[in-house]
Amino acid sequence: MTGRTILVTGVTRYLGSALAGQLAAHPDVDRVIGVDAALPEPAARARMGAAEFARADIRNPLIARVLDAAGVDTVVHASASATPASAAARTMAKEMNVLGTLQLLAACQRTPSVAHVVVRSTSAVYGGSPRDPAVATEDTQPRSVPGTGPGRDAIDIEGYVRSFGRRRPDVRVAVPRLAEVVGPTVRTPLTRLFSLYPAVPVLAGRDARLQVLHEADAVAVLQRLALGPFAGVVNVAGEGALTVVQAVHRAGRIPLPVPSSGLGLWARGLQAVRIGGFQPEVVRSLAAGRVMDLGRLQRDVGYRPAMTTVQAFDDFARTLTPALDRRLVRDVEVRLAGALGARPEDPWSAAATRPGGSGRVPAPDARSGASSPGRRHLVSIDGQAGGTPRRPGRWR
Amino acid sequence: MSGDGDGPDRHEDTAARRSGSAAARLAAAVAGHPSAAPPEPADPSGPVPGAADDGAAGPGRPDGSEAAGAAWQERLAGTLAFLRRRLTGEYEIDEFGFDQDWTEHVWLPPLRLLFEKWFRVEVLGVENLPDDGGVLLVANHSGTVAVDALMLSVAVHDHHPRHRPVRMLGADLVFDTPVVGPVARKAGNTLACNEDAERLLRGGECVSVFPEGFKGVGKPFSQRYKLQRFGRGGFVSAAIRSGVPIVPCSIVGAEEIYPLLGSIKPLARALGLPYFPVTPTFPWLGPLGAVPLPSKWIIEFGEPVSTDDLPDGAAEDPMVVFNMADSVRETIQQSLYRLLLRRGHPFLR
Repeated sequence: MTGRTILVTGVTRYLGSALAGQLAAHPDVDRVIGVDAALPEPAARARMGAAEFARADIRNPLIARVLDAAGVDTVVHASASATPASAAARTMAKEMNVLGTLQLLAACQRTPSVAHVVVRSTSAVYGGSPRDPAVATEDTQPRSVPGTGPGRDAIDIEGYVRSFGRRRPDVRVAVPRLAEVVGPTVRTPLTRLFSLYPAVPVLAGRDARLQVLHEADAVAVLQRLALGPFAGVVNVAGEGALTVVQAVHRAGRIPLPVPSSGLGLWARGLQAVRIGGFQPEVVRSLAAGRVMDLGRLQRDVGYRPAMTTVQAFDDFARTLTPALDRRLVRDVEVRLAGALGARPEDPWSAAATRPGGSGRVPAPDARSGASSPGRRHLVSIDGQAGGTPRRPGRWR
Repeated sequence: MSGDGDGPDRHEDTAARRSGSAAARLAAAVAGHPSAAPPEPADPSGPVPGAADDGAAGPGRPDGSEAAGAAWQERLAGTLAFLRRRLTGEYEIDEFGFDQDWTEHVWLPPLRLLFEKWFRVEVLGVENLPDDGGVLLVANHSGTVAVDALMLSVAVHDHHPRHRPVRMLGADLVFDTPVVGPVARKAGNTLACNEDAERLLRGGECVSVFPEGFKGVGKPFSQRYKLQRFGRGGFVSAAIRSGVPIVPCSIVGAEEIYPLLGSIKPLARALGLPYFPVTPTFPWLGPLGAVPLPSKWIIEFGEPVSTDDLPDGAAEDPMVVFNMADSVRETIQQSLYRLLLRRGHPFLR
């Protein structure tokens, strides 16, 4: 019995390259071909492991020859609905996303060996009107469909995928709707926004819910969909939710409320002084408050993301230099409480000795020791066995 | 007194003086929460100031004379800890955006003041609310501004033995409005739609709904305590599908807080509101007109109506749904009349 031959698009990006590498290492897989219009950077190439790389633009009909020549049976379109890396790349991204998907599906349709197609979609298809139900299931019909931007593109892409499925009913088609992917490695407009220092703009008067997905979970889900039997649409996100302002605080930043109309000016101002830009539409899209129901992912795909939304976000946040350090905040609390004659409340029992044994506090060792339970506390906020050993020390 | 060296020293003094009690508390805490204290920022007993004081006065207090000061300090420490959690984002929200920590520390305390001191709310029949599991509270709606919803949440939170949070279903206008929308979500409310209602009920939450909607809050004073049409009975089908009981809830007193005399229609249309209220004090007295009149309130929870004994497909049978909605409406109307008699004068009690 011969194994699978898989084509993965978008291998210059984290998701594509990591997925190609993991699939290549899978025992059921014979051959993995990663394609992209550009050459992958060394880091991405390293992640690809044993996967081959073919430089090909999916918008070019040449891609059909790659599919045919290699006898590809599984196509994972991981670069569909990928978030553009910068504002200028937006037009380019739309071109790549929508037209690239159209061409790739056309090539798949003409290649008889193709039996499985996975096309990445995004939670942006649910729009984000306050008139929609708070938690979107795969069957939720949004009351207002996004007219432009990544949400619109993703809706178009899903439409193409549906019609492809009608024309090739013998092909298994899976469409995962991913929440915003975060992690220590990926760079998206969202991670860029939260990397702004020291304040992150948020829409004034709006504090919507936010759901994210850890990069490792995103790769694992795509791999499972590529190799498993699931067909259809499925929501993928870390369990639970954060609010945008909460996320800003967890990233050690200060939320800066900006009215929607002032957002463009603020973004241009930042760009002008080259502090690093952000895209106003990213801030606006965060006000949508999208949370997805994850029942189908667990029930039918049989996957439960290893990291909740909060854990995934924290894993990304620990790569940032905090503007407002948790330890500093805790210190101020202890000082202030001490000055007012009150005993500060103990957020974690292990550090409860701290006020009592305050003689030890000034020593640097005792200090870092006393605050490490704080970090554990953060990780264990969702009841997961906290304190993975790598976590301390990576905080700066 | 000034100088940097002073602060820490003084802090050490205090700490040393209390180290005995701190140790006792630590021991209690460790016994109470094994392992690294699942941080549960809203310690169920902590947030209610009264309860927190009781807990603090427990073991290890050297003498009683210090107790009053200690309670005050305890509360101060609690406030500081709350502010720290806000600054570092160390709190949890659920998928609807309910932020329990914030609700108990910021949202409920001022409402509680209004509940106890201003409206002197009397709560009856709280034993009709189950201790756990999904339940749908169906209440009458009145008062021009939805203060009755807020008071209902205080009533359930403070008077129910399990301090259950009430998850209210609100109009889309609420969640569309800046500032108000996020606050409503934080306080545990969500959009009044069947998807959200059933999700909450299946999750075992105490959900409340005001089927009259704007027809109820915005009705003229002359129609006070006359229940309006109960929507399309969607709340009944949600309860049937989730198999949870319906508890009728009658609220007396909200009608008198802002007696609605009329509505300025063009202004309402311009602001996108269902009505622009005119009361004896608003808008004549400006912001002062926004102070609600101090009427006497009674909130009564009626006998639960069970829905799990209905045949399959009852939620899809409009006859069953309408009949049940009607009977719940009738129950609330009757108990409103009864409670009005019991209350007597709206203000003089």
